[in-house]
Amino acid sequence: MRFLASQRRHPLAGFAVMLAALVVTGLSFAAIDSGTEQVAADTVSETVVAQGKTLFAEGCSSCHGLNAEGTTDGPSLIGVGAAAVDFQVSSGRMPMAAQGVQAPRKQSIYTEEEIAALAAWVASTGPGPAIPEPSDYDTTNADLSAGGEKFRVNCAQCHSFSGGGGALTNGKYAPNLDAATAKQIYEAMITGPQNMPVFSDTTLTKQDKQDIIRYIEELRKGSNPGGLDLGQYGPVTEGLFLWTAGFAALIAAAIWIGVKAK
Amino acid sequence: MSDLVHHESSTTRPTPAPIPHALRRADIDPKAARRAERQVAIMFALSALFTVLFVIAFVAIDPSVEIGLPVIGTTSALNVSMGLTFGLAIFLIGTGAIHWAKKLMPDVEVVEERHEFASSAEDVAAASETFKVGAAESGVMSRPLIRRTLLGAMALFPIPLIVTLRDLGPDPATSKFHTMWRSGMRLHTDVSNQPIRAADIPVGNLINAIPDGLEEVEHEEGNLNERAKSVVVVVRIDPADIRSQQGGTAEEPWDYNGILAFSKVCTHVGCPISLYEQRTHHLLCPCHQSTFDLADGGKVVFGPAARPMPQLAITVDSEGYLVAQGDFTVPIGPSFWELS
Repeated sequence: MRFLASQRRHPLAGFAVMLAALVVTGLSFAAIDSGTEQVAADTVSETVVAQGKTLFAEGCSSCHGLNAEGTTDGPSLIGVGAAAVDFQVSSGRMPMAAQGVQAPRKQSIYTEEEIAALAAWVASTGPGPAIPEPSDYDTTNADLSAGGEKFRVNCAQCHSFSGGGGALTNGKYAPNLDAATAKQIYEAMITGPQNMPVFSDTTLTKQDKQDIIRYIEELRKGSNPGGLDLGQYGPVTEGLFLWTAGFAALIAAAIWIGVKAK
Repeated sequence: MSDLVHHESSTTRPTPAPIPHALRRADIDPKAARRAERQVAIMFALSALFTVLFVIAFVAIDPSVEIGLPVIGTTSALNVSMGLTFGLAIFLIGTGAIHWAKKLMPDVEVVEERHEFASSAEDVAAASETFKVGAAESGVMSRPLIRRTLLGAMALFPIPLIVTLRDLGPDPATSKFHTMWRSGMRLHTDVSNQPIRAADIPVGNLINAIPDGLEEVEHEEGNLNERAKSVVVVVRIDPADIRSQQGGTAEEPWDYNGILAFSKVCTHVGCPISLYEQRTHHLLCPCHQSTFDLADGGKVVFGPAARPMPQLAITVDSEGYLVAQGDFTVPIGPSFWELS
């Protein structure tokens, strides 16, 4: 303790304390989060809906309105469906930490039960896509090769051939697909979160979606013999890296060659 | 003579003051010279060592072994070892040579005088005399038959180069003005090749579509060309958000209840594009960032594209499936000379 006491006015002490606090918070959060069990929400009781309404009033209504009717800060959620709520909240996109062009993926702050209650209440305000059943996104009978073709035609234009994501306009972007669960990928396709278009079950069938999910899961397994993938965004980042880092190295070498020795 | 010319030019442009020569540490101190010598030798020796290590790595490391490195991440151990050893082996030869030149080789400044560019008068006279004698002896002026046939042969010789340009390909004729879309032809989903029912498309939906019958066009008949020309994106926009379309009347609109079909080929240089933002209704091209507003007749709102994205007029058939009203009314894809 005497060491700590003597070092407490060190210029880096503040940073060290902050770092330790962040690590402890993060680890305990992860421990709590991983302890939650999957809860089936087959029967939605009125108490669950009522619990969802309370949670919504606390966490969501400041932007989406007390009755999900929407405000100037957030869109109406009437008719978005339970699948949209489950996707946005389970992937941590909602509630947003701050207003911005796009909600980034982050750690979810709700438990499975709370998300189910929120989804049940929002679904009660108007009909919309329901949360998919595990059998919907089960990939045991999926065709990997067909999934690749369907991914390249329907998904790769924004999420890139590698699933690494890519830029859209005005700071918006298609996210990297590495962290999304099979359920979340399915929900994203049927609900069209943020600027992503909808790929409804009627125009891109359940089988198509299972094939695509199977392909995305396969993409993650791919080995990376070249190391640093620069986000797998393709030639733009690779070119930028070479034109900056590579040229900086060449210029440094040229300067060293040109400087007279002492 | 060259000194004389140099002296004359120096009246207009003053000769810069000579740079004072500074002695290096290795020039004065034999210890420093020996140290530099050792450094150079160490670099060359290390280079040799890395070459040996390259061979050892190539033979010994299994290609399937992966290692985790900071920043770079998980990567192939063999790739990293071969790259590092080979790169360092050649890099150290280079740095050794430069270090040697900078520290130990003579670095006295020397001035190299530039010589006169023109040949001497005697050389010019001799060359012109040789040419005149040669021309007279060859008889090129006194034998006009030979002179004229030679000129004729040389004038015709480049013609084969121009004639072979015909092999660049068949004349596209009017094929760039048409696609395989016909009135009543159903829109099918790409890859799964299923007809699309209008009632199945929710607002915000995106479908990559092809014409019914495209799959039956054989490769030899130009399937890839037909596909490249006829691919469309189908989107459904709330009709209240649609500000304009490229054609149609109130009775016979080009959309069907807000379902719009547009070419998928960028009008700039022809990249296939379907990066669709469902809230802004913008279609983006990943190649050069051209942006089209599908809610406003496919107008270009950003980027180098010069023409709006061509719209395909659609409606539904008696069974409720999406069909084309006909072919595109303007050529799809990049602009070309004959397009007016």
